[in-house]
Amino acid sequence: MTRKPLFLLQLCFTLAVCLFLMVPVILSVMAGLTANFFVGLSSGLTLRWVEEVWRLYQDTIWRSLGIAMACLAVTTLIGIPAAYVLAMRGGRMARLIEETITLPIAIPGLAIALALILTWGGLREFRMSWLFILVGHVLFTLPFMVRSVLAVMLSINIRQLEEGAASLGASFSRRFLTVVVPNCRPGILAGALMVVTLSIGEFNLTWMLHTPLTKTLPVGLADSYASMRLEIASAYTLVFFVMIVPLLIAMQMAARDRRPRRRIAKDMTS
Amino acid sequence: MTSSTTTSITITSCAKTFADGTRALEPLDLSIQAGETLVLLGPSGCGKTTLLRIIAGLEAPDRGGRVLFGEEDVTHLPIERRNVGMVFQSYALFPNMTVWDNVAYGLKVRRMDKAAMKQRVEEMLAMMHIDALADRRIDQLSGGQRQRVALARAIAARPRVLLLDEPLTALDAGLRDRLRGEIDALLRSLGITAVYVTHDQAEAMVLGDRIVVMSAGRIAQIGTPRDIYHAPANAFVADFIGTTNRLRHKDATLVFRPEDADLVPPGEGMAQGIIQVVHFLGDRQRVHLHTDDGEAVIVEIGSRRRVAPGQRSGIAVRPEGMVHLSGNAEESAA
Repeated sequence: MTRKPLFLLQLCFTLAVCLFLMVPVILSVMAGLTANFFVGLSSGLTLRWVEEVWRLYQDTIWRSLGIAMACLAVTTLIGIPAAYVLAMRGGRMARLIEETITLPIAIPGLAIALALILTWGGLREFRMSWLFILVGHVLFTLPFMVRSVLAVMLSINIRQLEEGAASLGASFSRRFLTVVVPNCRPGILAGALMVVTLSIGEFNLTWMLHTPLTKTLPVGLADSYASMRLEIASAYTLVFFVMIVPLLIAMQMAARDRRPRRRIAKDMTS
Repeated sequence: MTSSTTTSITITSCAKTFADGTRALEPLDLSIQAGETLVLLGPSGCGKTTLLRIIAGLEAPDRGGRVLFGEEDVTHLPIERRNVGMVFQSYALFPNMTVWDNVAYGLKVRRMDKAAMKQRVEEMLAMMHIDALADRRIDQLSGGQRQRVALARAIAARPRVLLLDEPLTALDAGLRDRLRGEIDALLRSLGITAVYVTHDQAEAMVLGDRIVVMSAGRIAQIGTPRDIYHAPANAFVADFIGTTNRLRHKDATLVFRPEDADLVPPGEGMAQGIIQVVHFLGDRQRVHLHTDDGEAVIVEIGSRRRVAPGQRSGIAVRPEGMVHLSGNAEESAA
């Protein structure tokens, strides 16, 4: 019975924390939907600001989605083979390479962007195109794909599975596609969602790398906060939420898919 | 079922040094007859798994080593082009496929036509008594069922050699005994050349036509189970296989197995001792003694005799039960 007051206390604390986090989100969304934020809800609800955002910033939304998809394609094509090599090799060299790939997470995005501009800024066509931003995003998101796939590969002993396939006569490309990749699916899926989410939301790097013609959604957001009325900036945030929240939920569900496979690995070693 | 086109295996001066400089295998020669089951037996780190992986094509021998399947030199062929079947210690079954697809994998790789493949897979599943599990996922199987799937998968494509790397180690004792019998029957009925790695001497005795006892990267002895048990080439083999007693008697060292000795009334026999421990095993009793010269001796006697720790007893050894070591411990008998 003494647990009850304690439970209520914990419940209140949890709710308070939730409110602290949720109220700004709700306020921001409401600001994007009210006719005049300074007058308040009495001024009525409207989709006018969302439409305005669509008209003014549609191109940034499409560009962000395009870059995210391209980023996903590149990190998948580079990341899965990279993780495979790291898993097969092992040893100190592999750890060193893994750490090197991971560096861009720790280094401030601005510094990476500056380095990219110093190195490649001279190539004018490249500097002006969205591909320049893509390079930055790939550098930043690749470690998430590699680590996520590598973790799964190490947990299921991919080397032995591949030896099994080879003993049955399968060529390298066949065993890679029919055994390695399918058994790493949970890691690839989790990595992919992480890459897309991070790419869509990336601001630091992108802000340095963009040109007026290659603005992404977060850069557009900063722009609208600085120069548009509050309602438009808030409506823009709303659009961002609508894009990113389903991805975050999918990421959670993909992470849950991973559990049963762990159990097998444990059974087999006992 | 019809037997596979099986092959003999010849290994000449195969050594293996790993990248970090560890010498896993000293240069060795070995020939395996077609249809024979050869067991590689030894403690962990003796090189038996390395030798199996060289035969499989998962490791390359050091320069100068050669592996021949029949007349064909396969030294430089990777495993996928050697047409071998392999059963791994942890089975290496594909978790992304059903039992049926696991068994069919090697047949799909060989582009067997649909009808023949269906028939072959069903034949394999029936032979291993797992037909009811065809649609199961691998994580829904018990250890023993996984073992059967691994065997069915390895022999489905009728390889010319079957390689087994400690296939029963992951199972509990009862199941291990039963599957050991089944593997023996399977190998006899297939008539396939098989190389079986184990550290378990009972497994080696039951399954092996010949046993290769290995120690520290070398072959300590090759022979039939009977040879190896009754005429071990050296002290290492004698001690590794079964229990060995050593007794000094008139300037000579007698070597014998516990079942070849007997307890006799005090004053008789070759030595005298005091019983320390008696282990009752049901079908027999294992008696540990300390001789008056301070040596430890183990004797096995019938289960109905009454003996107790603290008693004095004589130790007799049947003359035909003496083990004669044909070499000394350092000498390898390859």
